[in-house]
Amino acid sequence: MSEVTHDASSKRIIVKRKLKLSQIVGFLILLAVTITMLSPVWFMLSTSLKTTKEMLMFPPTIIPKVFAWENFRELFTNTEIKFGQQYKNSLIVGIFTVIGTVLSSSFVAFGFARYKGKGSGLMFMLVLSTLMLPYPAIMIPQFLLFMNLGLHDSLLPLILPAFFGSAYMIFLLRQFFSTLPDELYNAGRIDGCSEFRLYWNITLPLAGPALATVAIFSFIWSWNDLLTPVLYLDSQENFTLPVGMAAMLSSKFRLAPWNLLMAASILSVLPIIVLFAVAQKRFVEGIVLTGIK
Amino acid sequence: MGLNNFKELFQDEQFYNSIMVTLKYTLISVPITLFLSLMFAILINQKIPFNGFFRTAMYFPSMISGVSMALLWFWVFNPQAGLFNYGLSFFGIDPIHWFLDENYALWALIIMSFWGLGAGMLIFLAGLQGVPAHLLEAARLDGAGRWKTFWNVTFPMISPVFLFQLIIGVIESFQVFTQAYTITRGGPNYSTWFYVYNIYINAFKNFRYGYASTMAWILLVAVLVVTYFIMRTSKRYVYYEGGGSK
Repeated sequence: MSEVTHDASSKRIIVKRKLKLSQIVGFLILLAVTITMLSPVWFMLSTSLKTTKEMLMFPPTIIPKVFAWENFRELFTNTEIKFGQQYKNSLIVGIFTVIGTVLSSSFVAFGFARYKGKGSGLMFMLVLSTLMLPYPAIMIPQFLLFMNLGLHDSLLPLILPAFFGSAYMIFLLRQFFSTLPDELYNAGRIDGCSEFRLYWNITLPLAGPALATVAIFSFIWSWNDLLTPVLYLDSQENFTLPVGMAAMLSSKFRLAPWNLLMAASILSVLPIIVLFAVAQKRFVEGIVLTGIK
Repeated sequence: MGLNNFKELFQDEQFYNSIMVTLKYTLISVPITLFLSLMFAILINQKIPFNGFFRTAMYFPSMISGVSMALLWFWVFNPQAGLFNYGLSFFGIDPIHWFLDENYALWALIIMSFWGLGAGMLIFLAGLQGVPAHLLEAARLDGAGRWKTFWNVTFPMISPVFLFQLIIGVIESFQVFTQAYTITRGGPNYSTWFYVYNIYINAFKNFRYGYASTMAWILLVAVLVVTYFIMRTSKRYVYYEGGGSK
């Protein structure tokens, strides 16, 4: 008996030591991978502060010899680029997309969560089925629709669809609203709340975390989207950031201004990083729920 | 939608080429990304020192997406002054003209796609943290080794997450557009002429809305069929607790 326990204990010691070694190996692997993965980020930062001459040196300098802060200034002063205007456009589209998505999706989700009637299940299935529609499959009819409405080359085609709800967000919010207890609503009705007030004054305040996730992700989608604005926007002052940045590569410059492009990339990633820093928990939750990169 | 569109499509060399390009990208990029993100999630889950830092550091690149990411990697792959060829020079490899050489352009985009594996890693990590400790303990007491424990306990428990990521990954890579538009414009010699880029060019550069819509329909059908196929074959390895569906 004693032998057995002794055996077990000695085995345990071995297991512990094994773990230690495996942890060290794991640590080293992760360190190597992380350094590799973050090196392009460093390359982006350092390039953005290099002069045109230094930017083309080989091997690339790790830290710029002279910090060319004027690259960032140039983005905003160079009248050919219109970077500031495009940044503003992206913010306008992003903010209105968030407002539209949060309001419309929560309203529809509230209906699906609280009212079970004839055909509500079927309606919900219809909404969900649109999840399977890849954007390229609907972009052409949608484009022709907005063309006929005379909305070409404006920001409206990028904003309006958000006010008609997004299947993804409706699904996400419906799941959340379904967890709210019926007693809440009964109490509200007894106190004489209208159905709209049940939505506006009871449901929305309780759904803060879920709404934050929806807001963050609808912003990121709109912020990074290229395909939609590329279809609709023709004039440079209407471009959103992604379109403007892709256009900066064009033949206007004899040599692609990589330092300016990297500075622009940094500034365009900034809002996303700020969101991440402010709401890391929601962020991770949102990624786990949606699988969005 | 005229039948003529279909007739023409089946004689259109670019249509077939764009399918091949997209499939090649999907078949290489998705499995490797899945494998790597799962592997790193398992590593980080081993209570390695600084694992919180690693988690954030690995996710960080995923925040740089869309055009910013495309531009950054265009620059990283720059033949003369880019970081990538500089890294290769340590191994004695001559500079490669990534986006000018049709043998390499698609590979460059595939390498680029691995950079965003942090998001997938986070999802796997959440799944791994949901594996009940008592099951792992039971496996250990039964004398199962690490490998066995992984295949018989951990993987079945996270298999729904795996399936979810597989489907999302495939659907996303069927719709690659940003990289092709920003960096390669489908070139060199059509080697990165992705399916959605093909739709875009036909509809918005050649103004053939009907023809492009036909292709868009085929994309929709392909997405549905592939999703259905993945769901069907997944029954063999996906385990749902309580036997219900997700």
